Order: sequence, then C-alpha cells, then structure tokens
Amino acid sequence: MSRGFPVVARETLANAQLRRNLGKATATIRAKRLRAIGELPDWEALRDAGAAIKARAMATLPEQLERLETSVTAHGGVVHWARDGAEANAIVASVARSHGASEVVKVKSIATDEIGLNDALAAQGISAIETDLAELILQLSHDKTSHILVPAIHRNRLEIKALFERTITDRELSMDAADITEAAREHLRAKFLSVPMAVSGANFGVAETGTVAVVESEGNGRMCTTLPQVLVTVMGIEKVLPEWRDLEVFLQLLPRSSTAERMNPYTSLWTGVRPGDGPQEFHLVLLDGGRTQVLADEVGRQALHCIRCSACLNVCPVYSRVGGQAYESVYPGPIGAVLSPQLFGLDEHPTLPWASSLCGACYDACPVKIEIPSLLVHLRGRVIREEKSKLSPEALAMKAVAGVFGSRSRYERAQKLARLGRGPLAKAALPGWTAMRELPQPPRETFRDWWRHRGASAPGAGE
Amino acid sequence: MRVALFITCFNDTLFPSTGQAVVTLLERLGHEVVFPEEQTCCGQMHGNTGYLDLGQSLADRWERVFSDDVIVSPSASCVGYVREHVPSSRGRLFELTEFLVDHLGVTDVGASFPHRVTLHPTCHSLRLLHVGDRPQRLLAEVRGIDLVELPEADECCGFGGTFAIKNADTSMAMLGDKLRRVLDTRAEVCTAADNSCLMHIGGALRRQRAGVRTMHLAEILAATE
Repeated sequence: MSRGFPVVARETLANAQLRRNLGKATATIRAKRLRAIGELPDWEALRDAGAAIKARAMATLPEQLERLETSVTAHGGVVHWARDGAEANAIVASVARSHGASEVVKVKSIATDEIGLNDALAAQGISAIETDLAELILQLSHDKTSHILVPAIHRNRLEIKALFERTITDRELSMDAADITEAAREHLRAKFLSVPMAVSGANFGVAETGTVAVVESEGNGRMCTTLPQVLVTVMGIEKVLPEWRDLEVFLQLLPRSSTAERMNPYTSLWTGVRPGDGPQEFHLVLLDGGRTQVLADEVGRQALHCIRCSACLNVCPVYSRVGGQAYESVYPGPIGAVLSPQLFGLDEHPTLPWASSLCGACYDACPVKIEIPSLLVHLRGRVIREEKSKLSPEALAMKAVAGVFGSRSRYERAQKLARLGRGPLAKAALPGWTAMRELPQPPRETFRDWWRHRGASAPGAGE
Repeated sequence: MRVALFITCFNDTLFPSTGQAVVTLLERLGHEVVFPEEQTCCGQMHGNTGYLDLGQSLADRWERVFSDDVIVSPSASCVGYVREHVPSSRGRLFELTEFLVDHLGVTDVGASFPHRVTLHPTCHSLRLLHVGDRPQRLLAEVRGIDLVELPEADECCGFGGTFAIKNADTSMAMLGDKLRRVLDTRAEVCTAADNSCLMHIGGALRRQRAGVRTMHLAEILAATE
C-alpha cells in the first residue's frame, strides 16, 4: 500500500528546490496556456468535440479495438492483447529476445512506466534506454517522475550536469544548458544508430486506418520510431480513436493544453510497416491493465478520456505545491488522483481522492472536460462505502453530526453546546485546524437567536 | 419582494453578523425577509467529504424546509451544493451577489465603507456558480471604499472544507501564498462571498497578528455612514 498523500506531501512541501522550480514552471505554463487557447475562437467547441469523441470511443470500445486490430494487421503489423502489465511486459521481452536484442531504446511513455517495463526487461538481461531527456535524467539517477510532461521538473541544472558527468560522458560539462544537453545527445545518438529495437507508447491509435500517433517535442521519439528495425508500441486500450478525422480535434487540443504551443515540434504517425522505410517489424500491444474495470464505473469512467496533457497539473494549487511524487503513482496531479485509485485499486491509494480542495481549476482546464471534482467526490464515496470498518472515528462523527442536522431541536441544542466548546459541532476534528489557524471567536448569540429576539422586540426593524 | 434567507449552519452558528447584514441590506432595498427556522445544514460537508448518502438526506431535508419562491444565501459553496443535489432549487435559489445584480438589477446598494479592501473571489463563486465580476461591481459602488485587486485572486486559499484538516500541511502551503498576496495589497479588510474561506484566511491572519480583518461581502454592502 502507498504511504498516503498527507504523509508524503508533508515531506515534499519541505523541499525548497521543488517548491521553487514547480511554482515557477507551473505559473509560466499557466499563463502561456491561457494565451494559446485564447487564440482559438472555437476552443470550447473543440473541448466539447474532444469529450464527445472520447465518450463514443469508450462506449464502443470492443468494436473500435477490433477495427484497430484489423487495420494494423492489414498493414503488416502484429497486434497483441495484454490483460495486465505482466502479460504486456512478457510480450515485449519475447519480441526483444527473438531479435537477440540486449538493449532497446524507448520513447517517453507513461503506459510502460505504469507496468514497470524497464524492470521487467532488466530481469531478462535487456536494458531499456530512456531517450526523452527528462526520462533519461530520472533513469540515470534512479529517481521517480514528478510531472507527466516534465518528469524531472524537481531537479536543477547543477544536479543534472553532475549526473551526466558521472554516468554518460567523460567530458567536463559547463553550466551551459546546450553543453549539458549535448552530452545527452552524444550518448543517445550512438544508441539510436546501434540498438535494433525501440519501444514506444501511443498518444492515439486510429481504428479506421491502423495509424499510431506519438506527439513529442525533442525528436528523440521520432528517432526511435524510424531508425531501429523493430518497433513495439504499448498502448492503453483507452487511447483508441474511432476515425482518422478525430485526430484533427486532438492535435489541436493536446499541444495547446500541454506545452501551450499551437503545434508540437514532432508528430509521428505510422501505419503498420512500409518495405524499405522505417522499422520492418511493428508490434502493437493493447494493454487493459484495469481499464475495462474502470469502464464499468459509470461516473469514474470519464477518467479514461484523459489525453495526458497535464493541464490539470499545472493549474492545480495542490499539485503545484506538493509536486508529483506526493501522489505515489506514475499518474500525478488531479487526473492521477482520480485515475490511480481506479486503475491500481482504492485499497492501494485510499487517500488520493481527498488530495484536492475541490477548487475546480482542473475541470476548467481539461481539454476533454473530465469532471475531475465530481469524480473525486464519487471516489471519496466509494472509499468510504468499501471501507471494512464503518466504525472509524470520522465515520462515527459524521453520522453523529448528520443526526444533529436532521432535526431542528437537536441542532439548536448542539449550537448552545458549541458555544461552550462542547458537543458534536465543537469537537469535529479541531486539532488539525488549531495547529496552524485560530478558530473564530464564538459569537454571543447565533443568528437564529438574534432573529427571534428581533421579532419579539420590534418586528421589521433592525437591531 | 418576499425573500427567504438560507443562512447556512456555518453562518448561523459562527457568523451571525453576516446574516444580520443580509437582512439589513435586503430590507434597506425594500424587501421582506423571512427566515424558515426549520433550516439546519444543506449537507455539503457530508457530501463533499464522501458521505454521499448523509449529504443527500440533508439536501432532501433542505428541499422540504425551503418551499419558497425566492431564496437567498450568503454562501456560494452551499448554493452550489444545493443546486446540484436539489434540482427543484434551480431558478429560485440565489447566491447573494447573483440575487442583487441579476435578480434585482442593482449594483449600488447605498453602502458606505471608507476602508482599503481586497476581494478573494472564492473558487465556488467563480467556478461553480460563475458569478464572474458581480462582487467587484457591487463593491465598486460602495462610497469611500478603496478597492485593491488581489494578485492571482482566482487561486484557491486552501480551505476546501475537510481538506483543511485532512491535508492540513498542503492547505497551509496554499494559504501561505494567499496570505502573502493579501498582505501585499496593504488592505485593512479581506472580503469574500463565503465565510468558510474567510474563516481559514482570517484564522491565519489572526494567528500571525497581521492586523488585517476578514469580513463577509454582505457586511460591507450593509454598512452605511
């Protein structure tokens, strides 16, 4: 089980480097995103279209996946079905083994992080080399992601320079960003040209045409999807889009929401294999990994519409202070708080649905209008309903307070007790409050007392 | 017009002066205020904390208590909860600034408040009820007021109901930034359309002996020379 959001957040909140980097980065991207979406007069219509396409894809998921399989196969690809991470990992490993690959290069992919692919390959003597700069930094330093889009946002330049000097270069690097990234480039280029197999995730898989899409900024993903002879894509089944024309909507929504760009630098689209051009063997691994179970929850299923843009992270006042690691999942932030408990189990992440003040900023920013605040409340309800003990102090207090509110006379008696600092209204979890904040001065009389006295003395007149 | 006051349990018990201000204000504008005394709590705390059934049963109770045609409340978050959970409330339940600006069509309510004030617009006012700049428009007409803009005003103060207790550390980290911005405005008074946020902000201002008061918007709009 996870350690729990309040415990980890307490630690990450004390990390001054993280607070500064994250505060600065999220504030910058927030402002840029508003400018980027402000340019489009039909932004709200695009959001509606995105939500509608996703809803349709989920409602017809079995049909769409079979269409996808048929089109990919027709274009010379091989489709595999994986019920869970272990099956998906075994498929990727067996493809690698069949080509005698001891190394594979990887495009940034959260789905493969989700299933622990790198560790599974390592157990079979195959090293997976992350080629996204931030993912490479995390891999070399055995660190965990703190942002969907900028995973190493919590690290600074000096740390990265020292890390690269220790691991991938013999040169002494300057503090110049170009020099530091050049070290990564030299290291990665050698790998792109020699490693026989690449592994990618997928932003979209188009059922109609069998086309897979990866959207990125660095071009390292493009290297992976074009240079090696074998390409294996691990795609969560919720990434399927019914039609080719649906891409028109998402290729507008995604870059503006995620990097606040009109268009991202590299959009790679490939359909099966093409003789003499690019990888000559293509495998598509369709990963369930709990997704069909999420689909069974009529409210919670909306979380599957997520296109991993990270706009909800950047606008979230909780995320932008605690950072991604506090969510103890490859999916951080508001979307992680609704996705992780559903994908990996409410038992595994019982505190995440409460990791939000329900301020609503995430919903306003979501390009496919996932009602994250409503989902959080829904999942809170599920955690409480599925709790083994109905006798937790909180549940008992909540029941008692509801009983008080259920009748006027009990409520008025409780108000009198509360003024004396006693009873169910006064005792509800005050220590957490008063550790850092004063309580309001108890008023001399309640509003209803005042109203009654006022009526008795001079009807219609104020006091 | 006959207006039923939905005071909310929170204001009734802890912030009676806000209810008094709403009564003063609406009567000054020539309306009759009634107070259905059976009212207790709308269920928001239970519902939003995850006790969905308890929350809904209190929302159902709210519906039985309030049969009135026009209901006004000085709490954006309770209004948002009731609208979602009591469909019959829609169209007859108004948050105070909505009621004044949209329903009565007034922005100048005849108030006078010669102090430096900053407004925390509150998440549920902005993103649940979409009240927009109605609070600002009402405050702008108050005589003598020195209304200063709060930087990054639309960011949450970190209250979030039981969030403030369950995730007290994160809540305080959010509040810390809100306080810094409030203090930077050099305002004497921080106001909002919800006392729950103000209890949180004001509780920390008092703990810090910051010398800044928190006051519900209704109390400023009720104030006269």
